[in-house]
Amino acid sequence: MKTLRKPVYLAAGAYTTSLGTGRPEFNPRTPRPGLDHYIRQCGAATLAQIGDPAAIDESVIGNFMAARFNRQGHLGSLLTIVHPALEYKPSLRVEGACASGGLALASAVKSVLSGMADVVLVMGVEVQNTVKAIYCADYLAGAGWYDGERKDGHAYFFPGKFSDRAGAYSAKVGPEKARQAFAHWYRNAVESARLNPDAQERFNTAADLLAQGLTPPNPKGFTDHLNLYDCSKVSDGAASILVASEEGWRRLGLAREDVVELAGYGQMAANLTAPPPDLTEMTTCRRAAEQAMAMAGAGIGDMGVAEVHDCFTVSGVLLTEALGMAPPGGGADAVLEGLTRRDGRWPTNTGGGLVGYGHPTGATGVRMAVDLWRQLTGRAAGYQVDVRKDHGILVSMGGNDKTVVSMILRR
Amino acid sequence: MDLNTRMQNVAVVGAAGKMGSGIALLLALELAFRALENPRDTFVLSLIDTHDAGLQGLLRYVRDQARKEGERQVNRLRALFRDRADLVENAEMVEAFVAEVMLHLRTGKTLALAGDALLVFEAAFEKEEVKFQIYNELAVLCPPSAWFLTNTSSIPLHVLTDQCGIQGRMIGFHFYNPPAVQKLVELIVPEGCDPELVAASEDLALALRKKTVPARDIAGFIGNGHFMRDGLRCIREMEHLALDYGFVQAVYMVDKVSRDWLLRPMGMFQLIDYVGIDVFQLILRVMDKYLQEGLHSDLVDTLLEMGVRGGQTSSGGQKDGFLRYDKGRPAGIFDPATREYVPMDPAFTADLDGRLGPHPDPALTWKALSRDPGKEGRLRAYFATLKGLDSLGAGMARNHAEDSREAALDLVRQGVAARAEDVNAVLTLGFFHLYGPVNDYLD
Repeated sequence: MKTLRKPVYLAAGAYTTSLGTGRPEFNPRTPRPGLDHYIRQCGAATLAQIGDPAAIDESVIGNFMAARFNRQGHLGSLLTIVHPALEYKPSLRVEGACASGGLALASAVKSVLSGMADVVLVMGVEVQNTVKAIYCADYLAGAGWYDGERKDGHAYFFPGKFSDRAGAYSAKVGPEKARQAFAHWYRNAVESARLNPDAQERFNTAADLLAQGLTPPNPKGFTDHLNLYDCSKVSDGAASILVASEEGWRRLGLAREDVVELAGYGQMAANLTAPPPDLTEMTTCRRAAEQAMAMAGAGIGDMGVAEVHDCFTVSGVLLTEALGMAPPGGGADAVLEGLTRRDGRWPTNTGGGLVGYGHPTGATGVRMAVDLWRQLTGRAAGYQVDVRKDHGILVSMGGNDKTVVSMILRR
Repeated sequence: MDLNTRMQNVAVVGAAGKMGSGIALLLALELAFRALENPRDTFVLSLIDTHDAGLQGLLRYVRDQARKEGERQVNRLRALFRDRADLVENAEMVEAFVAEVMLHLRTGKTLALAGDALLVFEAAFEKEEVKFQIYNELAVLCPPSAWFLTNTSSIPLHVLTDQCGIQGRMIGFHFYNPPAVQKLVELIVPEGCDPELVAASEDLALALRKKTVPARDIAGFIGNGHFMRDGLRCIREMEHLALDYGFVQAVYMVDKVSRDWLLRPMGMFQLIDYVGIDVFQLILRVMDKYLQEGLHSDLVDTLLEMGVRGGQTSSGGQKDGFLRYDKGRPAGIFDPATREYVPMDPAFTADLDGRLGPHPDPALTWKALSRDPGKEGRLRAYFATLKGLDSLGAGMARNHAEDSREAALDLVRQGVAARAEDVNAVLTLGFFHLYGPVNDYLD
């Protein structure tokens, strides 16, 4: 088993508001900020937490589809608008669908481990509300196998894919229990989002979230097994954090309580052209999380907080099983028993997650790291939970369980 | 000849108008889907109007709306385009659909364009002379097998058929505004109408996802039969109130009560503006000509003489009429004495709202209730409260509800509607009322 050659830390996290439906400032008919706005705003929020930006050695930005959503490539260069000190240094863009942010983190970790950098600025960004949802679905379908899957896929390609998973899971655990679990996941997500000033569902005032989540799917209008409440949002936003060596964060003027340590990570990809081996299991996520935990020398029982990629409620439920919070087929029970609630054994997606905070795809993996960092360092303010263990785990997933980065952070 | 064959050659006369453009859109979409499902057949939709600008605007409207329809029906498109290897993404299929819709359209300014049409929809200006001229020409130009579906909302069909020699070949296929949205088609079957035309009209309405309500061939039919009488009673009530409160104040009060207290989508004067004061006058004239019951308003004539017309702009915006509009919302009231609009500022409205008295349930609005699955129960509770209130507004609302009900029952008594339920259906489906006028809420 591979180990980290030297300690790696994360610090100075920040993220923007997730802009999209639900936010009062969002109006699809009026012009909205573009990529550069989010990059500048988020970068400034991270730099405001450190001393000299010149201490940053490299930058990396995760982004999925700016080339289509915004007709913008070359984001590594665009990232240097954050500060002149980033110019004439390495800066690159990485892409792994919705795990692009996770890949950016992994890339930064490797730079630090290699000794080529002591401080790396990591950012994730996506601005998706440039097109209607029906065309957004086209762009996001690029996370699947275009030549082999798109033509016969659902108009809403990924909702269709995860509807298939929801259908298989319903058959496995019973449709009523599955629907209840999905609805509880949705309720937990919005309840957390209501505490997070930047969450897209911050202003959701629905009196009965569970009733909304229990809305029967409408196959004619959407998908066979998922309703609209089961879905993450179409979002604009960015997240950023610094990955540093010990020398690096000391150079930034930070103290140990300002940083969290990377205890272990797993990064892997599965064959994009192959169907999932089991629709009711997130196989790649499970293996990546196992790898991260092995590297950290920690088990799920050592985790005090979790961030999982709930692009749909069903993925949230399946990820509880992939992380070992529940046995195969037991994720629904785990959710219904409240194990993932804010006051549960594993407070999960404490800022709302993808369903509640939003899902600016390329930013999401970085946003997860920021939320873990905030929780482990007591910086989550209104959505802070009681973190009873020293570790937190994140799982950043791209496509239908194809590219995954899992990280374990320790306070 | 079956309906699908007839649908291969359709014309719309008056296609660039408010109603004609909506009808043209519905037909263009229907023809496109039929063409995709029957790729060996050729479909043509002739769009006829008198001015180029209107026709160009129509093409733009159809194109934009076709794109929206394609987006709404993307699952259907994905199934229809299953064998088109070149179409993979939603965007590609939506654009292919738009192209298909536009492919079947041809535009022109003369009726000759309808010369080979087998189904002719007519939505020309609601004026008898205009319609006579059109049908006299079409009777000569079109094949003897052609059917005519008129969108007239007031002119008795037998007058048109007799004058133009098209007996048996015409039916009233009366859409409501906007045709693409409203679910209602009032079906007027004149005496001697070809039974196959009646059956085909029912099938067509079904294909267009419309619900038909039968109306007898009596001027105004059900929709305008009720609306014109309802409108006139509101004008009379307003003129009576104006003696005590002043003209603009009375317009505000009647409009307010008919909207907020009767839970309708628009107040009566806003609705007349929406239809157009000129159209309102034309319909009154036609109805009064055939019914001889004094359906007339001096005020309407006066306003039109002053150039106050209401109606809508070509882009669908609301023109000023009884009321002035700011971003589509009432913002002022016309005062004939000064020929100026009096702003509906907070002090003005608060004073008059105070005179009307407290609303029975301020949280209950047409918009909120229209989405409420427990609508029926809430309506009953609301009217029970209204019944017990002793205020100017409550009295006006009760009187209006009672007059509306009597107007509806008169239509049944006169045989215009076969049943009270048909009048209720027209008001709920065609006018977006939450409840029919014939009810027991205030009994």
